[in-house]
Amino acid sequence: MRKRLIAAVVAALGLMAAACGGSTTPTAPAAPITIGVSVSQTGDFSGDGKALVQGYDLWAQDINAKGGLNGHKVTMKYVDDTSSAQQVVTNYQNLITVDKVALVFGPFSSLLTIPASTVVARYNYAFPEPAGGGPHVFDRGLTNVFFVQPAAVEDNLVSYTKYLLSLPAGQRPASAAYATQDDPFTQPQVDKAKSLLEAGGIKTSYYKVYPAETTDFTPIALAVANSQADAVILGTQLPDAVAFPKTFVQQHYNPKTIIETTGPDQGAVFSGKLGANTDGIMVPAGWTPDAKAYGNDKFVSEFIAKYGGTSADISADAAEAYSVGQVVDQAAVKANSIDNAKLISTLHNGSYNTIQGPMSFDATGKPVGGVGVYIEQWQSGKAIFVYPATVASAPPEYPKKSWQ
Amino acid sequence: MTLVLEAAVLGVLTGGVYALMASGLTLIFGVMRIINVGHGALVVLGAYLSFAASRSLHIDPFLTLVITMPVMFLLGMVLQIVFIRPLKTDREALSVLVTYALALGIEGLLGYFFTANYTQLQAWYDTASFPIGSFRITYVYVFGFALCLAILAVMFLVLYRTTFGASIRATMLNRTAAQLIGIDVDRVSAVAFGIGMATAAAGGVVFGITTAFNPGSHYDLISRLLTIIVLGGLGSLRGAIVAALIMLVSEDITAVLISPVWANFVFFVILVGVLLIRPQGLYGVRVRDRL
Repeated sequence: MRKRLIAAVVAALGLMAAACGGSTTPTAPAAPITIGVSVSQTGDFSGDGKALVQGYDLWAQDINAKGGLNGHKVTMKYVDDTSSAQQVVTNYQNLITVDKVALVFGPFSSLLTIPASTVVARYNYAFPEPAGGGPHVFDRGLTNVFFVQPAAVEDNLVSYTKYLLSLPAGQRPASAAYATQDDPFTQPQVDKAKSLLEAGGIKTSYYKVYPAETTDFTPIALAVANSQADAVILGTQLPDAVAFPKTFVQQHYNPKTIIETTGPDQGAVFSGKLGANTDGIMVPAGWTPDAKAYGNDKFVSEFIAKYGGTSADISADAAEAYSVGQVVDQAAVKANSIDNAKLISTLHNGSYNTIQGPMSFDATGKPVGGVGVYIEQWQSGKAIFVYPATVASAPPEYPKKSWQ
Repeated sequence: MTLVLEAAVLGVLTGGVYALMASGLTLIFGVMRIINVGHGALVVLGAYLSFAASRSLHIDPFLTLVITMPVMFLLGMVLQIVFIRPLKTDREALSVLVTYALALGIEGLLGYFFTANYTQLQAWYDTASFPIGSFRITYVYVFGFALCLAILAVMFLVLYRTTFGASIRATMLNRTAAQLIGIDVDRVSAVAFGIGMATAAAGGVVFGITTAFNPGSHYDLISRLLTIIVLGGLGSLRGAIVAALIMLVSEDITAVLISPVWANFVFFVILVGVLLIRPQGLYGVRVRDRL
């Protein structure tokens, strides 16, 4: 009787062990997942939207090549928000409730990220995003937003102001002119630069904010040229980033230094419109094709293989989108899950490597402890890092050469 | 003071370009009583065609008009026959939907062929300028203005000095009456739509040289063009010209004198003021009477 009982217990244990599978039994592959993104395929941000898709698609290709996101094969689903703050809300609502995507990544610009992040937070989804870094993104008490760039937007021009104020008194610009879109991405940068330069003794000779919907920038550029300021600091997207220098060339106005928040970082898309007159124009940048950051060489070579062109054709937007995927990949491995609650909790801790350098996030999702934003300048037809000296490929060209 | 004068001159020059773009829109409304909300997309299409022609044939952007204006004219006739002519009832309301769909279709095709990246037509005169007193005038605005004057002059000659122009004016006055006296209003409408698209091509080339554009640029453009023809009087050519000049001059002076933020506001104050006194717009009744 006792022997039979022992045999039964041993058999039951054997069955249990078989049922549990054990470590040597192969597991079924994890289910494929869809990641939803609202991108601007039409409207004002369509150029940037295209670059985001390139970056996201390249990351999805890479992650699937190495077995998926924690084993889940990834499919990207894009929906067009027409660059509209209303449509982007509808899109994320539909992606989460109708398409039931597993994860969502962010759209382009603070303008769209702000309304989108509210609806995404309502469904407790993590919201890693590549291009919404305006102050208002972080001041609404949300804990699900993670801005994957090296610094908060308002700090983007801090390096530039440090550079100008580090110049010997005799060379430092005496006056500065500022013009910016009333965009939550551009205006905070310009306003902070203005306050820092004024505190440093650089007189403001012109300051104007213009609506983001403006299409004719010539009158504003004329007013900037009329100020004859030594330094010109512009809060631009691509169209105005091209229009301002063109008007300056037309007016034979040669400031000693000129920096634009966005536009000059878009490679050949920018230089193709200004030709040799790109020389000397600066832009704050956290990424460059030449950077030695984590995985950057691979990103650049794969990008060229997939989309053609040269490294100069790669938009920083694409690099920022790719970085979002890198961050989520590392967080998913760390959390051993792609559950949104676990990802949110994990992303608030530790550091994550990206092609823009390592970064961490504070409680509001603002990047902290990163490498900061550098200054890139067009020199001899190429955009290169020029400040700080630790990353510079060449010294800044100051004063910039006259227009050609 | 110099800056204000400079802004006023710039306003006149760019106003001429907007007048050219709006002239096609107002002509189409006058003849067919349809609101072509796709007109901005047609201007952008014209800019892209000039971009493609100048790049592939290595010719000056203005020279591409020899190709693009006839192409757009023919395309306009086809679009009118296929999409607009079938609208027999409630034309004004339905035309908004149909032409908006056209705009979206054009935007999609342009995005497919040219990508969504911003582009711009290049020419030696887009940054070259010459001095007048204490300020400088850019050649491209002068050339653009001259082109607009030339095309608008041709349009006026056709409308007021040819039999076909008389048919167009008769159709604008009263479509049914024109039919009764034997005018082929369908043919007139197709040609008018073609002329509207040809002027869009001409406006597009100047727009494309002075502005970075992408397939989505038509949204901003159409809102401005519609406002111009409302101020000028729907269907009035000279109204479109005067309104375009008022818009651009008032906006540019406000932008440099007060703030760019107030530029649109000042124009809309003018628009509301005019519409309160003349609901038909500046030249609405007068032109309908004369045409």
